[in-house]
Amino acid sequence: MTGKGVRWLSRSLLHMVIILVCLMWTLPSFGLLANSFRSRRDIVTTGWWTGFKTPFAFTIENYVEVLTGQTRYGKTKAGDNRRSILKDIITGQGMGRAFLNSLIISIPSTLIPILVASFAAYALAWMRFPGRDLLLIIVVALLVVPLQMTLIPILRLYNRFQLAGTFLGVWLAHTAYGLPYAIYLLRNFFKALPRGLFESASLDGASQFVVFYRIVVPLSIPSIASLAIFQFLWVWNDLLVALIYLGGTRDVAPLTMHISGMMSSLGENWHLLPAGAFISMVLPLIIFATLQPYFVRGILAGSAKG
Amino acid sequence: MYMGSALFFLTVYLIYPIVNTAYLSFLGKGSKAFTGLGNYWYVFTNADMLGALKNNLLWLVLFTSITVSLGLVIAVLTDKVRYEAAAKAMIFLPMAISFVAASVIWRFMFEFRPAGIPQIGLLNALLSTFPGIQPVAWLVNTKVNNFALIGVGIWIWTGFCMVILSAGLKGIPLEILEAARIDGASEWQIFWRIILPMMRTTIIVVATTMVIIVLKVFDIVYVMTNGNLGTEVIANRMYKEMFNYHHFGRASAIAVILLLAIIPVIVFNMRRFRAQEALQ
Repeated sequence: MTGKGVRWLSRSLLHMVIILVCLMWTLPSFGLLANSFRSRRDIVTTGWWTGFKTPFAFTIENYVEVLTGQTRYGKTKAGDNRRSILKDIITGQGMGRAFLNSLIISIPSTLIPILVASFAAYALAWMRFPGRDLLLIIVVALLVVPLQMTLIPILRLYNRFQLAGTFLGVWLAHTAYGLPYAIYLLRNFFKALPRGLFESASLDGASQFVVFYRIVVPLSIPSIASLAIFQFLWVWNDLLVALIYLGGTRDVAPLTMHISGMMSSLGENWHLLPAGAFISMVLPLIIFATLQPYFVRGILAGSAKG
Repeated sequence: MYMGSALFFLTVYLIYPIVNTAYLSFLGKGSKAFTGLGNYWYVFTNADMLGALKNNLLWLVLFTSITVSLGLVIAVLTDKVRYEAAAKAMIFLPMAISFVAASVIWRFMFEFRPAGIPQIGLLNALLSTFPGIQPVAWLVNTKVNNFALIGVGIWIWTGFCMVILSAGLKGIPLEILEAARIDGASEWQIFWRIILPMMRTTIIVVATTMVIIVLKVFDIVYVMTNGNLGTEVIANRMYKEMFNYHHFGRASAIAVILLLAIIPVIVFNMRRFRAQEALQ
């Protein structure tokens, strides 16, 4: 074979391997998406790929059922129907409530740690005070401490102060668990800002807070965005923290808990799992599709650097 | 003042519990009687615990080696094609979704029907196209179920390894690679003699991250099998000791063992951090 032939062969082999790997990584999710639009009977009797044979019989009934917790809507006027579906999504026993809970848990659990961490990171990066280096090394040490070490004492404190099963308890826990990484990341970003910036600002008589608020934070918006995405996805996707501190309380359960409950309730909700799982994936997928560079940046800054 | 709220959270939620858990691990079920090393003795002699430790070891070896090496191979291969960004996004995608959702996806992939009935899980449907091959009950058969769960973990985390390793790969100066090619080195030689040695630090960082992940693995096992049929891992065992048996002493001992296993990584991180700071 000529050199050109060998090259052509190895190139096509390369493409084949990459495409095969991509298929292995996307086909499972695609199958789930396809299944979520199939009827209850189809899901349990045939594989998702048979759904692409004519006649197509895709339906959104799984989504309605899983969101509202109701199977049938009476044959009243369409307008009434729509209103009752909306009402059931928000107040019903279905996943609509869980979706709302996930939002209620995730948003404060993203904002509070970023606020707390940016102050601490600023102090650790640019202020002088006794014990600073020790604090810094403690933060680094805490980065990888397993959550499991903290569960029992915190749960006991929560039981005593009636924080178990409350959103407040989960917010505070997520704030604390996210802090070491957030402080570490932001401190590295803040530290990388040019020193001259701070010197000229303090010569102009600006106070620490003004420097922080007017200079450091605006300059660090991209880094803060990376961190926010990272923390939001972490909390949104979390199961363990919710499971421990929210216990069995269904009206505060986030999506992850709701779905894992559906998985263990043998069989009867099987047909709702694909739609349910997809509802929990919608927000992460949108974030991933639109803000992927920030997400990747957050991961790189955290692990490749430190 | 700037540190105040952070200090509060770190102390109350991390430092105090670590000390407290270490203390509780020496107490009995109701955390009253002192039992010495009794809980640790239990952890290393009880058959269920030993099973969980053994499974974690299996996870540690397979999950870490496969995610890192596969991530590296994909990073190197996609570097050579024009649709690199799209291919990498597809492989990275599972990182964005929850382990719970990933477990649902794979529950359907692993679905099993006895031979003769149409298979609804893709894996068994593919197997059934080969004559004479029996469908596999991936999550029930104790010979394969651990490997099935580890496979899900690999599917989720390979993209993470790939992203970091790919960034490391781009950090290798192009001139070095070009020079090697001009000197007639094959791609194979370039991989083993240049890329691998130059990415050593990045590979170590990624591998340690995977080790930490694997020691704490919980969600996948909890959702897919709940640790039944010989698939238990230590984090699930701890959850059961906490909520099913209410034995806080044993649960704490398990947590302490997790921490001890991670301490080398903590020391490694602190050293590396010191070295970085010294450079600045």
